[in-house]
Amino acid sequence: MQSLSNRAKKLEKKPMNFSERMYLPAIFQGLSITMRHFFKKKATIKYPEETRPMSAVWRGLHVLKRDEKGRERCTACGLCAVACPAEAITMVAGERKRGEENLYREEKYAISYEINMLRCIFCGLCEEACPKAAIFLQNDKVAPARYERDEFIYGKDRLVEPMPIQNL
Amino acid sequence: MELDILLIKGLIIFAVFGITLLIATYSTYAERKVAAFIQDRVGPNRAGPFGLAQPLADAVKLFFKEEFVPANANKFLFIAGPSLAMLTACMSSAVIPFGGTLLIGGEYIHLQAIEVNIGILYVFGIVALGVYGIMIGGWASNNKFSLLGAIRAASQNISYELAMGMSIIALLLVTGTLSMRDIAAQQGQELFGVSGLNWNIFYQPVGFLIFIICAFAETNRVPFDLPECETELVGGYHTEYSSMGMGLYLFAEYVNIFVASAVMATLYFGGYNFPFMHQLGLPHNVVTILGTVVLFGKIFFFIFFFMWVRWTLPRFRYDQLMNLGWKILIPLSILNVIVTGGAILLKAELF
Repeated sequence: MQSLSNRAKKLEKKPMNFSERMYLPAIFQGLSITMRHFFKKKATIKYPEETRPMSAVWRGLHVLKRDEKGRERCTACGLCAVACPAEAITMVAGERKRGEENLYREEKYAISYEINMLRCIFCGLCEEACPKAAIFLQNDKVAPARYERDEFIYGKDRLVEPMPIQNL
Repeated sequence: MELDILLIKGLIIFAVFGITLLIATYSTYAERKVAAFIQDRVGPNRAGPFGLAQPLADAVKLFFKEEFVPANANKFLFIAGPSLAMLTACMSSAVIPFGGTLLIGGEYIHLQAIEVNIGILYVFGIVALGVYGIMIGGWASNNKFSLLGAIRAASQNISYELAMGMSIIALLLVTGTLSMRDIAAQQGQELFGVSGLNWNIFYQPVGFLIFIICAFAETNRVPFDLPECETELVGGYHTEYSSMGMGLYLFAEYVNIFVASAVMATLYFGGYNFPFMHQLGLPHNVVTILGTVVLFGKIFFFIFFFMWVRWTLPRFRYDQLMNLGWKILIPLSILNVIVTGGAILLKAELF
């Protein structure tokens, strides 16, 4: 049959010669290949002891930042929750009481702020949507594996950046 | 005096048994490590340093799993199968000389569990019995995959035993004895002025090639692992086995590998003899201990070779297996016997 593309190659199946029919040279060739792999450097990264170097723009675990005076920047505007394509973010907004000015920067703050790490796709759209520069995806942390599903719902206790030491 | 001999023999038997089991245990670890290294991986490294406790962890896991017996299986034979496989595997290391003689208190003690003057025949008999374990287990499972695996195992082992026996006959023409101890001792003679290098591999290279191929087939290792061929038969003869039943089958395979390696090292690669062993002028006991170390080095090399081949070659098709066994290996081994016999006659005529 005429080949349409003219790229078809005619293959000729030659009868095997004696050394090929013995298969032993081929077997030794194969053994030498596996032996070369035996001494090759392994590609494995032994995870808990060593970690893969992460890129500077790696989008890992979220953090809720504080400002320079240690006040939470988040005002619970909900733009991150709207921007989130996976609907992983929920929050409850509350009004700042008198005397809490050193805790929250604006009059409105998030009473609870939860991210479901099982839903999150780590796209970083929350980071882009935030007008107060409050939420960021860290480039050095990942959400670790856990046994229970509800342990993946990260509340403020695990999201908010810890207090700078001089403010304590 | 009688009691002394019994005690020493008991100790040696105990040691041989223990070493066999220990090596089989760590063969499972070595297999996984070798597999991993050949595939550019690291292998088990979590349990203990370098993963050395992995075999123990595996054994504990197997013991704690449910010992499941299928409803329509023959219960007695189902248990007897793996037990028989393990029993026969452990029996054959009894006649292998693991070293020369130790001189203790003016007495020469042979580092060998039992001296039988038909040692090779004994090994062959036991190895041939080994197929019953697989056959019985496969049949008792009442599963068509198990039965197919068992049938394959039986026919494969019988086919390859013929070629193996023929290659051994050629070896026996050279050595003139069936005793493992004598064969090992003969190889300690001088060759080209180097003592301890009179290895049978130099007289029987083709015989060794046939023997090693048949040893792969006898131990059901890749490329001859058709009895457990998981792509076609799920798990072959041990499809229905779980827990320690399965564990015993796998363990028996590794014991068989150890025994096959030991037999190959003893019959063809000089056993406990090493080059220049009598020319170094070392004390008798030191030479013996060194020889034992060398023998284990050879055995470990062959065990490694079994694993190396496993992770290199694909599995044979069944008709290829039978063609290789009946149409190539058996004629070749018969030819080997004739050529060996002719050479011995020629040597007798000329010298």
